[in-house]
Amino acid sequence: MKYTDLAIIGGGPAGLCSAISAASSGAKVLLIDRNEKLGGQLIKQTHMFFGSEKQYASKRGFNISEILLDKLNDYKENVEILNNTTVLGLYEDGVITATKDEKYVKIKPKATIIATGASEKVLAFPNNDLPGIYGAGAVQTLMNVYGIRPGKKVLMIGAGNIGLIVSYQLMQAGVEVVGIIDAAPKIGGYLVHASKVRRMGVPILTRYTVKEAIGNDTLEKVVISKLDENWNPIEGTEEVIETDVMCISVGLSPLAELLQQAGCKMMYVPELGGIAPLRNENYETTVDSIFVAGDVAGVEEASSAMVEGYLTGLCAAEKIGFKHENYLELKKDYRNQLEALRSGPVGTKIRSGINKVMGV
Amino acid sequence: MRIDKHPILEFQRGKKIKFIFDGKEIEAFQGETIAAALHAAGVKVLGKSIFKHRPRGFYCAIGNCSSCFMVVNGEPNVRTCVTMVEDGMVVENQNGKGEIL
Repeated sequence: MKYTDLAIIGGGPAGLCSAISAASSGAKVLLIDRNEKLGGQLIKQTHMFFGSEKQYASKRGFNISEILLDKLNDYKENVEILNNTTVLGLYEDGVITATKDEKYVKIKPKATIIATGASEKVLAFPNNDLPGIYGAGAVQTLMNVYGIRPGKKVLMIGAGNIGLIVSYQLMQAGVEVVGIIDAAPKIGGYLVHASKVRRMGVPILTRYTVKEAIGNDTLEKVVISKLDENWNPIEGTEEVIETDVMCISVGLSPLAELLQQAGCKMMYVPELGGIAPLRNENYETTVDSIFVAGDVAGVEEASSAMVEGYLTGLCAAEKIGFKHENYLELKKDYRNQLEALRSGPVGTKIRSGINKVMGV
Repeated sequence: MRIDKHPILEFQRGKKIKFIFDGKEIEAFQGETIAAALHAAGVKVLGKSIFKHRPRGFYCAIGNCSSCFMVVNGEPNVRTCVTMVEDGMVVENQNGKGEIL
Protein backbone atom coordinates (compact mmCIF):
# COMPACT_ATOMS: atom_id res chain seq x y z
CA MET A 1 0.00 0.00 0.00
CA LYS A 2 1.20 3.43 -0.99
CA TYR A 3 0.35 6.34 1.38
CA THR A 4 0.03 10.00 0.48
CA ASP A 5 -1.80 13.15 1.59
CA LEU A 6 -3.70 13.82 -1.61
CA ALA A 7 -4.30 11.67 -4.66
CA ILE A 8 -5.33 13.38 -7.88
CA ILE A 9 -6.80 11.22 -10.62
CA GLY A 10 -6.28 12.78 -14.03
CA GLY A 11 -3.44 15.01 -15.21
CA GLY A 12 -5.30 17.31 -17.57
CA PRO A 13 -5.80 21.06 -16.98
CA ALA A 14 -7.89 20.54 -13.80
CA GLY A 15 -5.64 17.83 -12.35
CA LEU A 16 -2.40 19.72 -13.04
CA CYS A 17 -3.72 22.92 -11.46
CA SER A 18 -5.08 21.00 -8.44
CA ALA A 19 -1.64 19.45 -7.99
CA ILE A 20 0.14 22.82 -8.19
CA SER A 21 -2.29 24.36 -5.73
CA ALA A 22 -2.21 21.52 -3.18
CA ALA A 23 1.56 21.06 -3.38
CA SER A 24 2.09 24.80 -2.87
CA SER A 25 -0.08 24.50 0.25
CA GLY A 26 2.37 21.92 1.62
CA ALA A 27 0.51 18.66 0.95
CA LYS A 28 2.24 15.61 -0.51
CA VAL A 29 0.53 14.98 -3.81
CA LEU A 30 0.31 11.85 -5.94
CA LEU A 31 -0.78 12.73 -9.47
CA ILE A 32 -2.13 9.76 -11.41
CA ASP A 33 -2.63 9.72 -15.18
CA ARG A 34 -3.25 6.88 -17.59
CA ASN A 35 -1.13 8.42 -20.35
CA GLU A 36 2.60 8.69 -20.65
CA LYS A 37 2.47 12.44 -21.21
CA LEU A 38 0.55 14.69 -18.81
CA GLY A 39 -1.63 17.58 -20.00
CA GLY A 40 -4.80 15.73 -20.95
CA GLN A 41 -6.45 17.16 -24.04
CA LEU A 42 -4.41 20.39 -23.82
CA ILE A 43 -1.62 18.69 -25.74
CA LYS A 44 -3.68 18.68 -28.95
CA GLN A 45 -5.07 22.22 -28.72
CA THR A 46 -3.29 24.39 -31.27
CA HIS A 47 -5.59 27.40 -30.95
CA MET A 48 -5.09 30.36 -28.65
CA PHE A 49 -7.21 30.43 -25.54
CA PHE A 50 -9.71 33.13 -24.55
CA GLY A 51 -10.39 34.29 -21.02
CA SER A 52 -8.02 36.55 -19.11
CA GLU A 53 -4.29 36.52 -18.51
CA LYS A 54 -4.71 34.46 -15.33
CA GLN A 55 -6.09 31.61 -17.45
CA TYR A 56 -3.24 31.94 -19.94
CA ALA A 57 -5.34 33.70 -22.60
CA SER A 58 -3.75 34.16 -26.03
CA LYS A 59 -1.49 31.17 -25.40
CA ARG A 60 -1.98 27.97 -27.38
CA GLY A 61 -3.29 24.91 -25.51
CA PHE A 62 -0.18 22.77 -25.92
CA ASN A 63 1.96 25.64 -24.61
CA ILE A 64 -0.30 26.01 -21.57
CA SER A 65 0.27 22.36 -20.78
CA GLU A 66 4.04 22.99 -20.76
CA ILE A 67 3.63 26.08 -18.57
CA LEU A 68 1.61 24.09 -16.01
CA LEU A 69 4.16 21.26 -15.96
CA ASP A 70 6.95 23.78 -15.36
CA LYS A 71 4.96 25.32 -12.54
CA LEU A 72 4.36 21.89 -11.00
CA ASN A 73 8.08 21.23 -11.18
CA ASP A 74 8.63 24.15 -8.76
CA TYR A 75 7.07 21.97 -6.04
CA LYS A 76 8.65 18.70 -7.07
CA GLU A 77 9.63 17.77 -3.52
CA ASN A 78 5.88 17.51 -2.77
CA VAL A 79 4.77 15.85 -6.00
CA GLU A 80 5.01 12.30 -7.23
CA ILE A 81 3.72 11.55 -10.71
CA LEU A 82 2.32 8.13 -11.56
CA ASN A 83 1.94 8.18 -15.33
CA ASN A 84 0.91 5.21 -17.50
CA THR A 85 -1.38 4.36 -14.60
CA THR A 86 -5.03 3.50 -14.97
CA VAL A 87 -7.23 3.74 -11.89
CA LEU A 88 -9.50 0.73 -11.55
CA GLY A 89 -11.46 1.38 -8.41
CA LEU A 90 -12.27 3.70 -5.56
CA TYR A 91 -13.39 2.00 -2.33
CA GLU A 92 -15.39 2.90 0.79
CA ASP A 93 -12.25 3.25 2.93
CA GLY A 94 -10.73 5.70 0.43
CA VAL A 95 -8.36 3.14 -1.10
CA ILE A 96 -7.61 3.57 -4.80
CA THR A 97 -6.61 0.58 -6.90
CA ALA A 98 -4.76 0.98 -10.18
CA THR A 99 -2.51 -0.72 -12.71
CA LYS A 100 0.87 0.76 -13.51
CA ASP A 101 2.87 -0.91 -16.26
CA GLU A 102 0.78 -4.09 -15.90
CA LYS A 103 1.30 -4.16 -12.11
CA TYR A 104 -1.48 -3.82 -9.52
CA VAL A 105 -1.02 -0.98 -7.02
CA LYS A 106 -3.04 0.18 -4.01
CA ILE A 107 -3.00 3.77 -2.80
CA LYS A 108 -4.33 5.19 0.46
CA PRO A 109 -4.64 8.99 0.44
CA LYS A 110 -6.17 11.28 3.06
CA ALA A 111 -8.24 12.94 0.35
CA THR A 112 -8.80 12.44 -3.38
CA ILE A 113 -9.52 14.82 -6.24
CA ILE A 114 -11.18 13.28 -9.25
CA ALA A 115 -10.30 15.17 -12.42
CA THR A 116 -11.01 12.57 -15.09
CA GLY A 117 -12.50 14.98 -17.62
CA ALA A 118 -15.14 14.06 -20.15
CA SER A 119 -15.77 11.82 -23.13
CA GLU A 120 -17.24 12.64 -26.52
CA LYS A 121 -20.91 11.94 -27.11
CA VAL A 122 -22.09 9.88 -30.05
CA LEU A 123 -25.01 10.55 -32.38
CA ALA A 124 -27.63 7.95 -33.33
CA PHE A 125 -28.24 7.35 -37.06
CA PRO A 126 -28.07 4.25 -39.31
CA ASN A 127 -24.46 3.04 -39.83
CA ASN A 128 -23.04 5.44 -37.25
CA ASP A 129 -20.42 2.80 -36.43
CA LEU A 130 -18.68 2.83 -39.83
CA PRO A 131 -14.92 3.40 -39.72
CA GLY A 132 -14.35 6.91 -41.02
CA ILE A 133 -16.80 8.33 -38.50
CA TYR A 134 -14.79 9.75 -35.63
CA GLY A 135 -15.18 11.99 -32.65
CA ALA A 136 -13.90 15.48 -33.42
CA GLY A 137 -11.40 15.12 -30.59
CA ALA A 138 -10.12 11.88 -32.09
CA VAL A 139 -9.36 13.63 -35.36
CA GLN A 140 -7.61 16.38 -33.41
CA THR A 141 -5.41 13.80 -31.67
CA LEU A 142 -4.59 12.12 -34.96
CA MET A 143 -3.56 15.30 -36.76
CA ASN A 144 -2.19 17.53 -33.99
CA VAL A 145 -0.42 14.93 -31.84
CA TYR A 146 0.62 12.38 -34.46
CA GLY A 147 0.68 14.55 -37.60
CA ILE A 148 -1.61 12.30 -39.61
CA ARG A 149 -4.55 13.45 -41.73
CA PRO A 150 -7.85 11.68 -41.01
CA GLY A 151 -8.72 11.47 -44.72
CA LYS A 152 -9.32 13.55 -47.82
CA LYS A 153 -12.61 15.26 -47.02
CA VAL A 154 -14.48 15.89 -43.79
CA LEU A 155 -18.09 16.64 -42.96
CA MET A 156 -18.33 18.15 -39.48
CA ILE A 157 -21.42 17.49 -37.37
CA GLY A 158 -21.91 20.19 -34.74
CA ALA A 159 -21.26 23.92 -34.94
CA GLY A 160 -20.23 24.38 -31.33
CA ASN A 161 -16.75 25.64 -30.46
CA ILE A 162 -15.11 22.24 -30.84
CA GLY A 163 -16.71 21.64 -34.26
CA LEU A 164 -15.67 25.08 -35.48
CA ILE A 165 -12.13 24.96 -34.10
CA VAL A 166 -11.45 21.43 -35.36
CA SER A 167 -12.77 22.40 -38.81
CA TYR A 168 -10.26 25.23 -38.93
CA GLN A 169 -7.47 22.95 -37.75
CA LEU A 170 -8.38 20.38 -40.42
CA MET A 171 -7.86 23.04 -43.07
CA GLN A 172 -4.53 23.98 -41.48
CA ALA A 173 -3.56 20.33 -41.91
CA GLY A 174 -4.53 20.44 -45.57
CA VAL A 175 -7.83 18.56 -45.35
CA GLU A 176 -10.93 19.76 -47.22
CA VAL A 177 -13.91 20.51 -44.98
CA VAL A 178 -17.04 20.06 -47.12
CA GLY A 179 -19.35 21.62 -44.57
CA ILE A 180 -20.49 21.94 -40.98
CA ILE A 181 -24.05 21.04 -40.04
CA ASP A 182 -25.93 21.53 -36.79
CA ALA A 183 -29.42 20.50 -35.73
CA ALA A 184 -29.92 23.70 -33.74
CA PRO A 185 -31.38 26.79 -35.42
CA LYS A 186 -28.30 28.84 -34.47
CA ILE A 187 -24.53 28.34 -34.47
CA GLY A 188 -23.59 27.28 -30.94
CA GLY A 189 -19.93 28.32 -30.92
CA TYR A 190 -18.37 31.78 -30.75
CA LEU A 191 -18.95 33.86 -33.87
CA VAL A 192 -15.22 34.64 -34.11
CA HIS A 193 -14.58 30.97 -34.84
CA ALA A 194 -17.61 30.65 -37.17
CA SER A 195 -16.56 33.68 -39.22
CA LYS A 196 -13.06 32.33 -39.56
CA VAL A 197 -14.18 29.06 -41.18
CA ARG A 198 -16.85 30.77 -43.26
CA ARG A 199 -14.26 33.16 -44.68
CA MET A 200 -12.36 30.10 -45.86
CA GLY A 201 -15.43 29.03 -47.83
CA VAL A 202 -16.90 26.38 -45.55
CA PRO A 203 -20.72 26.43 -45.45
CA ILE A 204 -22.38 26.16 -42.03
CA LEU A 205 -25.87 24.68 -42.30
CA THR A 206 -28.11 25.04 -39.25
CA ARG A 207 -31.26 22.97 -38.71
CA TYR A 208 -29.69 20.03 -40.49
CA THR A 209 -29.11 16.50 -39.26
CA VAL A 210 -27.53 13.24 -40.43
CA LYS A 211 -30.12 10.86 -41.87
CA GLU A 212 -27.71 8.01 -42.52
CA ALA A 213 -24.16 7.06 -43.34
CA ILE A 214 -23.40 4.88 -46.34
CA GLY A 215 -20.35 2.75 -47.00
CA ASN A 216 -19.14 -0.77 -47.47
CA ASP A 217 -16.32 -1.22 -44.99
CA THR A 218 -15.63 2.46 -44.46
CA LEU A 219 -17.56 5.69 -44.87
CA GLU A 220 -18.29 6.74 -48.46
CA LYS A 221 -21.36 8.99 -48.31
CA VAL A 222 -23.50 10.83 -45.80
CA VAL A 223 -27.16 11.68 -46.30
CA ILE A 224 -28.17 14.87 -44.52
CA SER A 225 -31.64 16.30 -44.19
CA LYS A 226 -33.26 19.56 -43.11
CA LEU A 227 -35.17 19.75 -39.82
CA ASP A 228 -38.47 21.51 -39.17
CA GLU A 229 -39.21 23.67 -36.14
CA ASN A 230 -39.93 20.59 -34.05
CA TRP A 231 -36.58 19.01 -34.94
CA ASN A 232 -38.20 16.45 -37.29
CA PRO A 233 -36.56 15.69 -40.67
CA ILE A 234 -38.40 17.27 -43.62
CA GLU A 235 -39.00 14.70 -46.35
CA GLY A 236 -37.60 15.55 -49.75
CA THR A 237 -34.80 17.76 -48.37
CA GLU A 238 -32.20 14.97 -48.34
CA GLU A 239 -28.79 15.71 -49.81
CA VAL A 240 -26.04 13.19 -50.45
CA ILE A 241 -22.51 14.27 -49.55
CA GLU A 242 -19.53 12.25 -50.72
CA THR A 243 -16.91 12.15 -47.99
CA ASP A 244 -14.52 9.66 -46.42
CA VAL A 245 -14.56 11.23 -42.96
CA MET A 246 -17.34 12.48 -40.74
CA CYS A 247 -16.52 14.14 -37.43
CA ILE A 248 -19.03 14.03 -34.60
CA SER A 249 -18.89 17.04 -32.34
CA VAL A 250 -22.15 17.04 -30.45
CA GLY A 251 -20.85 17.67 -26.97
CA LEU A 252 -19.15 15.91 -24.11
CA SER A 253 -20.33 14.14 -21.00
CA PRO A 254 -18.53 13.87 -17.63
CA LEU A 255 -16.35 10.76 -17.26
CA ALA A 256 -17.96 10.08 -13.90
CA GLU A 257 -17.77 6.30 -13.40
CA LEU A 258 -15.29 6.51 -10.54
CA LEU A 259 -17.53 8.96 -8.69
CA GLN A 260 -20.48 6.62 -9.08
CA GLN A 261 -18.38 3.72 -7.87
CA ALA A 262 -17.32 5.71 -4.82
CA GLY A 263 -20.97 6.28 -3.95
CA CYS A 264 -21.08 10.03 -4.66
CA LYS A 265 -24.63 11.32 -5.16
CA MET A 266 -25.13 12.07 -8.84
CA MET A 267 -27.76 13.94 -10.81
CA TYR A 268 -28.68 14.11 -14.49
CA VAL A 269 -27.99 17.71 -15.45
CA PRO A 270 -28.25 18.33 -19.21
CA GLU A 271 -26.62 21.77 -18.83
CA LEU A 272 -23.48 20.05 -17.50
CA GLY A 273 -23.39 17.38 -20.21
CA GLY A 274 -24.99 14.44 -18.39
CA ILE A 275 -24.60 12.71 -15.03
CA ALA A 276 -22.75 15.06 -12.70
CA PRO A 277 -21.83 14.87 -8.99
CA LEU A 278 -23.55 16.92 -6.31
CA ARG A 279 -20.94 19.10 -4.62
CA ASN A 280 -20.49 21.99 -2.23
CA GLU A 281 -18.78 25.33 -2.89
CA ASN A 282 -15.38 23.78 -2.13
CA TYR A 283 -15.96 21.16 -4.82
CA GLU A 284 -16.28 18.37 -2.25
CA THR A 285 -18.78 15.67 -3.23
CA THR A 286 -21.32 14.00 -0.92
CA VAL A 287 -18.62 11.49 0.03
CA ASP A 288 -16.26 12.88 2.67
CA SER A 289 -12.83 13.92 1.29
CA ILE A 290 -13.66 13.12 -2.34
CA PHE A 291 -13.40 16.27 -4.41
CA VAL A 292 -13.98 16.99 -8.11
CA ALA A 293 -12.53 19.49 -10.57
CA GLY A 294 -12.85 20.18 -14.27
CA ASP A 295 -15.17 18.61 -16.82
CA VAL A 296 -16.05 15.62 -14.62
CA ALA A 297 -17.80 18.11 -12.32
CA GLY A 298 -19.77 19.47 -15.30
CA VAL A 299 -18.59 20.05 -18.86
CA GLU A 300 -17.27 23.57 -19.44
CA GLU A 301 -14.00 24.76 -20.96
CA ALA A 302 -10.32 24.24 -20.22
CA SER A 303 -10.05 27.78 -18.79
CA SER A 304 -12.62 27.11 -16.07
CA ALA A 305 -11.21 23.61 -15.53
CA MET A 306 -7.85 25.18 -14.63
CA VAL A 307 -9.36 27.65 -12.16
CA GLU A 308 -11.51 24.90 -10.65
CA GLY A 309 -8.35 22.86 -10.28
CA TYR A 310 -6.55 25.65 -8.41
CA LEU A 311 -9.57 26.17 -6.15
CA THR A 312 -10.17 22.48 -5.44
CA GLY A 313 -6.49 21.78 -4.77
CA LEU A 314 -6.49 24.63 -2.26
CA CYS A 315 -9.67 23.41 -0.50
CA ALA A 316 -8.71 19.71 -0.47
CA ALA A 317 -5.30 20.53 1.04
CA GLU A 318 -6.93 22.71 3.69
CA LYS A 319 -9.35 19.92 4.58
CA ILE A 320 -6.48 17.54 5.45
CA GLY A 321 -4.52 20.12 7.43
CA PHE A 322 -2.42 21.98 4.86
CA LYS A 323 -3.74 25.52 4.81
CA HIS A 324 -2.01 27.79 2.31
CA GLU A 325 -0.62 30.96 3.91
CA ASN A 326 -2.78 33.05 1.56
CA TYR A 327 -5.72 30.65 1.71
CA LEU A 328 -8.57 33.16 1.97
CA GLU A 329 -7.11 35.59 -0.51
CA LEU A 330 -6.47 32.88 -3.12
CA LYS A 331 -9.85 31.31 -2.61
CA LYS A 332 -11.55 34.63 -3.23
CA ASP A 333 -9.47 35.23 -6.33
CA TYR A 334 -10.30 31.81 -7.85
CA ARG A 335 -13.99 32.26 -7.09
CA ASN A 336 -13.97 35.67 -8.76
CA GLN A 337 -12.21 34.26 -11.81
CA LEU A 338 -14.80 31.50 -12.15
CA GLU A 339 -17.62 33.99 -11.75
CA ALA A 340 -16.14 36.15 -14.51
CA LEU A 341 -15.72 33.17 -16.87
CA ARG A 342 -19.34 32.17 -16.29
CA SER A 343 -20.82 35.66 -16.48
CA GLY A 344 -23.09 37.06 -19.15
CA PRO A 345 -25.40 35.30 -21.59
CA VAL A 346 -22.82 32.62 -22.62
CA GLY A 347 -22.69 31.46 -19.00
CA THR A 348 -26.46 31.16 -18.49
CA LYS A 349 -26.59 27.44 -19.14
CA ILE A 350 -23.61 26.56 -16.99
CA ARG A 351 -24.83 28.75 -14.10
CA SER A 352 -28.17 26.97 -14.15
CA GLY A 353 -26.45 23.55 -14.15
CA ILE A 354 -24.18 24.49 -11.25
CA ASN A 355 -27.15 25.69 -9.20
CA LYS A 356 -28.68 22.24 -9.60
CA VAL A 357 -25.63 20.27 -8.40
CA MET A 358 -25.14 22.67 -5.49
CA GLY A 359 -28.77 22.33 -4.48
CA VAL A 360 -29.44 26.06 -4.87
CA MET B 1 -1.60 10.74 -45.08
CA ARG B 2 1.23 12.15 -42.93
CA ILE B 3 1.39 15.93 -42.58
CA ASP B 4 4.74 17.37 -43.68
CA LYS B 5 4.11 21.08 -43.42
CA HIS B 6 1.95 22.72 -40.77
CA PRO B 7 1.54 26.44 -40.00
CA ILE B 8 1.80 25.96 -36.22
CA LEU B 9 3.16 22.54 -35.41
CA GLU B 10 6.41 20.82 -36.15
CA PHE B 11 6.23 17.05 -35.95
CA GLN B 12 9.30 15.42 -34.54
CA ARG B 13 8.86 11.82 -35.49
CA GLY B 14 10.77 9.05 -33.79
CA LYS B 15 12.92 6.35 -35.31
CA LYS B 16 11.55 4.52 -38.33
CA ILE B 17 10.39 1.03 -37.40
CA LYS B 18 8.46 -1.82 -39.00
CA PHE B 19 5.59 -3.92 -37.72
CA ILE B 20 3.44 -6.67 -39.19
CA PHE B 21 -0.25 -6.17 -39.90
CA ASP B 22 -2.15 -9.14 -41.34
CA GLY B 23 1.05 -10.63 -42.65
CA LYS B 24 2.26 -7.44 -44.33
CA GLU B 25 5.14 -5.26 -43.23
CA ILE B 26 4.11 -1.66 -42.40
CA GLU B 27 6.40 1.29 -41.74
CA ALA B 28 5.80 3.41 -38.67
CA PHE B 29 7.57 5.86 -36.39
CA GLN B 30 8.44 5.28 -32.78
CA GLY B 31 6.20 7.33 -30.50
CA GLU B 32 3.01 6.87 -32.47
CA THR B 33 0.13 4.58 -31.53
CA ILE B 34 -0.73 1.41 -33.43
CA ALA B 35 -4.03 2.91 -34.63
CA ALA B 36 -2.29 6.10 -35.82
CA ALA B 37 0.38 4.13 -37.69
CA LEU B 38 -2.26 1.96 -39.36
CA HIS B 39 -4.30 5.03 -40.30
CA ALA B 40 -1.24 6.61 -41.89
CA ALA B 41 -0.89 3.42 -43.93
CA GLY B 42 -4.52 3.70 -45.04
CA VAL B 43 -5.94 1.01 -42.73
CA LYS B 44 -9.21 2.11 -41.13
CA VAL B 45 -10.88 -1.22 -40.30
CA LEU B 46 -9.31 -2.55 -37.10
CA GLY B 47 -11.72 -5.38 -36.29
CA LYS B 48 -15.23 -6.78 -36.49
CA SER B 49 -18.01 -6.34 -33.92
CA ILE B 50 -19.00 -9.20 -31.60
CA PHE B 51 -22.47 -10.17 -32.84
CA LYS B 52 -23.12 -8.63 -36.24
CA HIS B 53 -19.50 -8.69 -37.43
CA ARG B 54 -19.63 -5.08 -38.55
CA PRO B 55 -16.37 -3.30 -39.33
CA ARG B 56 -14.83 -1.38 -36.41
CA GLY B 57 -12.47 1.58 -36.46
CA PHE B 58 -11.34 3.87 -33.65
CA TYR B 59 -13.79 6.52 -32.45
CA CYS B 60 -12.29 8.52 -29.56
CA ALA B 61 -8.53 7.93 -30.03
CA ILE B 62 -7.88 8.55 -26.31
CA GLY B 63 -8.69 5.17 -24.79
CA ASN B 64 -12.30 5.74 -23.73
CA CYS B 65 -14.54 3.89 -26.16
CA SER B 66 -13.09 0.38 -26.84
CA SER B 67 -13.82 0.61 -30.58
CA CYS B 68 -10.17 0.08 -31.58
CA PHE B 69 -9.54 -3.34 -29.99
CA MET B 70 -7.03 -5.48 -31.91
CA VAL B 71 -4.92 -8.56 -31.30
CA VAL B 72 -1.35 -7.48 -30.60
CA ASN B 73 1.43 -10.08 -30.28
CA GLY B 74 -1.31 -12.65 -29.68
CA GLU B 75 -3.02 -10.66 -26.93
CA PRO B 76 -6.63 -9.62 -27.70
CA ASN B 77 -8.54 -6.50 -26.58
CA VAL B 78 -5.56 -4.16 -26.85
CA ARG B 79 -6.64 -0.52 -27.10
CA THR B 80 -4.59 0.29 -30.18
CA CYS B 81 -5.42 4.02 -30.03
CA VAL B 82 -3.34 4.41 -26.84
CA THR B 83 -0.81 1.60 -27.26
CA MET B 84 2.48 2.61 -28.83
CA VAL B 85 3.65 0.72 -31.89
CA GLU B 86 6.92 -1.21 -31.49
CA ASP B 87 9.46 -2.62 -33.90
CA GLY B 88 8.55 -6.16 -34.94
CA MET B 89 5.08 -6.07 -33.35
CA VAL B 90 2.52 -8.45 -34.84
CA VAL B 91 -0.88 -6.78 -35.15
CA GLU B 92 -4.07 -8.49 -36.32
CA ASN B 93 -7.70 -7.56 -36.82
CA GLN B 94 -9.84 -8.67 -33.89
CA ASN B 95 -13.01 -10.50 -34.82
CA GLY B 96 -15.47 -10.52 -31.96
CA LYS B 97 -14.43 -10.92 -28.34
CA GLY B 98 -10.96 -12.29 -28.92
CA GLU B 99 -9.64 -15.42 -27.27
CA ILE B 100 -7.45 -15.24 -24.21
CA LEU B 101 -6.55 -18.94 -24.02
